Amino acid sequence: MAYSDKVVDHFTNPRNMGSFKKDEEGVGTGMVGAPECGDVMKLQIKVQNDMIVDAKFKTFGCGSAIASSSLATEWLKGKTIQEAQKIKNTDIVQELNLPPVKIHCSVLAEDAIKAALADYQKKADGTTTDAK
Amino acid sequence: MKLPIFLDNHSTTPMDPRVLETMLPYFVEKFGNAASRNHAFGWAAEEAVENARKQIAKLIKADPKEIVFTSGATESDNLAIKGVLEMYGEKGHHIITSTTEHRAVLDTVKVLEGKGKATATYLPVDKFGMVSPEDVRNAITEKTILISVMLANNEIGTINPVKEIGKIAKEKGILFHCDATQGVGKIPVDVQDMGIDLMSFTSHKMYGPKGVGALYVRKKNPRVRIVAQMDGGGHERGMRSGTLPVPLIVGFGKACELCEQEMGKDTARLIAMRDRLEASIMKALEESYLNGHPTNRLPGNLNISFAYVEGESLLMGMKDIALSSGSACTSATLEPSYVLRALGVGTELAHSSIRFGLGRFNTDDEIDYTIKKVIEIVTKLREMSPLYEMAKEGVDLKSVQWAAH
Repeated sequence: MAYSDKVVDHFTNPRNMGSFKKDEEGVGTGMVGAPECGDVMKLQIKVQNDMIVDAKFKTFGCGSAIASSSLATEWLKGKTIQEAQKIKNTDIVQELNLPPVKIHCSVLAEDAIKAALADYQKKADGTTTDAK
Repeated sequence: MKLPIFLDNHSTTPMDPRVLETMLPYFVEKFGNAASRNHAFGWAAEEAVENARKQIAKLIKADPKEIVFTSGATESDNLAIKGVLEMYGEKGHHIITSTTEHRAVLDTVKVLEGKGKATATYLPVDKFGMVSPEDVRNAITEKTILISVMLANNEIGTINPVKEIGKIAKEKGILFHCDATQGVGKIPVDVQDMGIDLMSFTSHKMYGPKGVGALYVRKKNPRVRIVAQMDGGGHERGMRSGTLPVPLIVGFGKACELCEQEMGKDTARLIAMRDRLEASIMKALEESYLNGHPTNRLPGNLNISFAYVEGESLLMGMKDIALSSGSACTSATLEPSYVLRALGVGTELAHSSIRFGLGRFNTDDEIDYTIKKVIEIVTKLREMSPLYEMAKEGVDLKSVQWAAH
């Protein structure tokens, strides 16, 4: 299968690869997928005053999964929580030119965004449960 | 050293230039139909075909008359299994095979099962991928007419105890078909000694041209008969009609001759390179696991799972090395390798597997380059892997509740 230039670029030069401490203030962590399915994404956001000031990812998965999460961190930075909620998997598909067989990678990235946002919200609401 | 490097010699092999050279006269100059009995064009073609038949038979210790030309191993598998079932269906319709067979065998058997024409037992394999001869014995029923077990596996290279299975088949008077696609030309094959009645193999896995293969059909003790699956002019003693592709057959013959002459030399080189590749990678990368039998496997085969990284991303990171993976993402079915699963390899490690297939034309420089690249990319992708991070933090990944999707 041939990969789009953008997938190759994100795979070769991943943006914002790494981790924040999960218990750091303002950090929301989303972890989705399962090792048996061949992909696990961890996406983290750092929020200050409702604004996502930083984002990081780590992904176990194919090149398209890595590219989808790398792109997601790029898009998240500088967005408000409300704006971030609007990122759709179809936007990722379009931007990375993903073939049908790789659409699930974009779905996983959207799920990871949602999970990170929910985790941040939960922490902001005063609960201290760790993200899952 | 030229890039990209071809390390996928289980999928196909480059043609040996010496093979091409022998084929060339048979396209334009000696173009005759080997079935034309009444003129010089036909005679020249027939002579070339019969010479190739001898070369091929010699490699597997068969009689030239026992070689039936086909389009390749898939056709040979189909012809053997369907042909036996149709010929001997009155005796029974039970087939014994194994879970790690190539799809050309498995799907053929499944189709026959689906049509209600056969029942089948799929034998499990041990953790190295080997079929147990005792399991074969125990699976035999009064209705069993065929045992079909492969010689060497295409993913993990494990070599089956074919001789022992052949003995049991003979003792019970059941026909034994062996898909030897990966083994012929790579390891010594002797259809007499191994007790094989029907054997599939193909030219393009042993440095010959694509589009031609053979089915060995035993003529004596017992005389095996099969029903043709292709009807027409009655070529190949009525077992496979169709004009013979003379240039391909000539190439196939030459390829067999070269394998026979150079097997010792090739094997020594391949094992040295393969073992070095294996040792260097395993030493540098923790949690790398060998799939298949540690010693009893094809000389050019190396299959390793790299925990915490996914196979397709590994392949993508090594674009200039042609390899294959057992990851779901690289398969048409979107399921991880059924062969690795049959060995009891966990799904996550099946996703993380890479198959290195070394062949006659690989060089030490290419192996050096591959070692360097593999270590680089696995290290890079582990840095990127949340699973590796968790494992390093001491999290037991099996205890995590994953949101399967």
